[in-house]
Amino acid sequence: MNLNASVFISILVAIFVVRTLRQFLDLPGRIPRLNQVLGYIWVPGVALYGFSQLIGWKTDQLDELYMLFLLAVVALVLVRVQTYRPARTLLLAIAPYLLYSLIELISTLISNRLLEQYDNVFGNSQGFAIIWLVTFGFIARNQKKHLEKERLEREAEEEAKRKIEVQNAALELMVAERTASLTQQTEELREALKELKVTQDQLIQAEKMASLGELTAGIAHEIQNPLNFVTNFSDVSTELLTELEEEQQRPDRDLALEAELLHDLRQNLTKITHHGQRAASIVRGMLEHSRASTGERQPTNLNQLADEYLRLAYHGLRARDKSFNATLLTDFAPDLPLLEAVSQDLGRVLLNLLTNAFYAVQKRREAQPDGYVPTVSVRTRPLPGGGVEVRVRDNGTGIPEAVRQKIFQPFFTTKPTGEGTGLGLSLSYDIITKGHNGTLNVETEEGRGTEFIMELPG
Amino acid sequence: MKILVVDDEADVRALFEQRFRREIRSGVFSFSFAYSGEEALEYLHRHASEVVLILSDINMPGMSGLELLRHIRQEYDAPPPPAPPQVMMLTAYGDEASRQQALALGANDFLTKPVDFSALKEKLLYLTDHDN
Repeated sequence: MNLNASVFISILVAIFVVRTLRQFLDLPGRIPRLNQVLGYIWVPGVALYGFSQLIGWKTDQLDELYMLFLLAVVALVLVRVQTYRPARTLLLAIAPYLLYSLIELISTLISNRLLEQYDNVFGNSQGFAIIWLVTFGFIARNQKKHLEKERLEREAEEEAKRKIEVQNAALELMVAERTASLTQQTEELREALKELKVTQDQLIQAEKMASLGELTAGIAHEIQNPLNFVTNFSDVSTELLTELEEEQQRPDRDLALEAELLHDLRQNLTKITHHGQRAASIVRGMLEHSRASTGERQPTNLNQLADEYLRLAYHGLRARDKSFNATLLTDFAPDLPLLEAVSQDLGRVLLNLLTNAFYAVQKRREAQPDGYVPTVSVRTRPLPGGGVEVRVRDNGTGIPEAVRQKIFQPFFTTKPTGEGTGLGLSLSYDIITKGHNGTLNVETEEGRGTEFIMELPG
Repeated sequence: MKILVVDDEADVRALFEQRFRREIRSGVFSFSFAYSGEEALEYLHRHASEVVLILSDINMPGMSGLELLRHIRQEYDAPPPPAPPQVMMLTAYGDEASRQQALALGANDFLTKPVDFSALKEKLLYLTDHDN
């Protein structure tokens, strides 16, 4: 009875072992179904006891049998979870003990004598198996700890990776938002640029018209003069013809006088043609100036162009300020080569430089009415390589140091509001540098005068 | 009567010589020409006593007609002989302000371009008669 009851101690041990195993190997997670069955580990023990009681079998081997069963179950479980390394180590740990227990049980069942005879051997073997079990149990525990640590590290790593991915996604979202807003801004800027270009074109046209306005009086004067000549020479020619007819009616014809009259008539007709052409060329110049530039280059005589615009600019100013007067000096190189140029554009540059020059001498004269001779001069020189240099010089107020850097900037003007667009020099600069690959430089001394030097390559 | 015409347009010479051809031939008028104010003053320095009348354009490069007028009035107004020359101004800008300015500076007459030659001829002939 007592002997058989010892199986209950083994059952408790079995329950403890199953609990430890469950915890150590995380059985509910790995093999949930087998794990449930393991909960009934006590059943065979109790059944064995009941069976032994029933048949009145008295033996001290009951618990040994049960323990062997327990070991077999443990071995089975370990085999099932062998992919887990500590489980394999545990299997290795219990293997000798399982073998020992099996041999011991069989020996006992066969004959008690064998056991007694080899008592020493069995004792040593059991000791060895237990030491083995404990040692490998520890190893398995360490392995588990180690794996656990690795798992935690991996998890931490994955967590970090996940965080980075989340951040990446957030960053990409921000980048996309930023790109969208930049694209929108670019679009807006492009639109604004387009509007600005349209406005610029309008301003250039306005500037042209403004300078044409300045020219109007000069043009009127310049046309009036040749027209007067045309009228006067026609009139006087009629008179000459009358005189010629009278002479022819006379009995004593003065042939020398008749020849002289005829000579004068021919000369007058030449003059009428000349002045008619002069007026026509002025009208043509005015039309060219107001027309949008075609950008077409043609052989241009800069002496002629400079002379034409010098007169227009001068008379334009004279028309508005009748008290104004200036000495005009021209120094035109007779051997000046023709230049392939957009003459209406160069005309605008000349007009602008000359208008500025007249403005400067006018300002100086206002400040210094006595003993000052306002002088504006234009000089042309051929450059080596077929180019032309044009200098427009005045002895006016000069350009103060402070504004010298800004004179070629668009919309910069020292004139009162409404008098200057501030585009004249900026457009001139573009026409010379971009339009004709030339240079436009300025030399100036405050209170002494200014000289603009335009160099145009051939 | 000696007349000095001052104008920067060179063809003025041919025009005057033809318009007044009969008067020139008959010796009533004698014309001299200057193409700028400076040239006119220089001419006057050499022929001061001869010139009776000066016909000057106002709008000329360099010295304007009005400045020439001022010079003439400064240099030649002081009496005794010869009598100061008559000065007639000619201009394309025939506005009242210009006329007043010219008269204030001592011009004897103010004509607008285009010149009415028959009217001018009458004025000159009247002056010649008056002079004589």
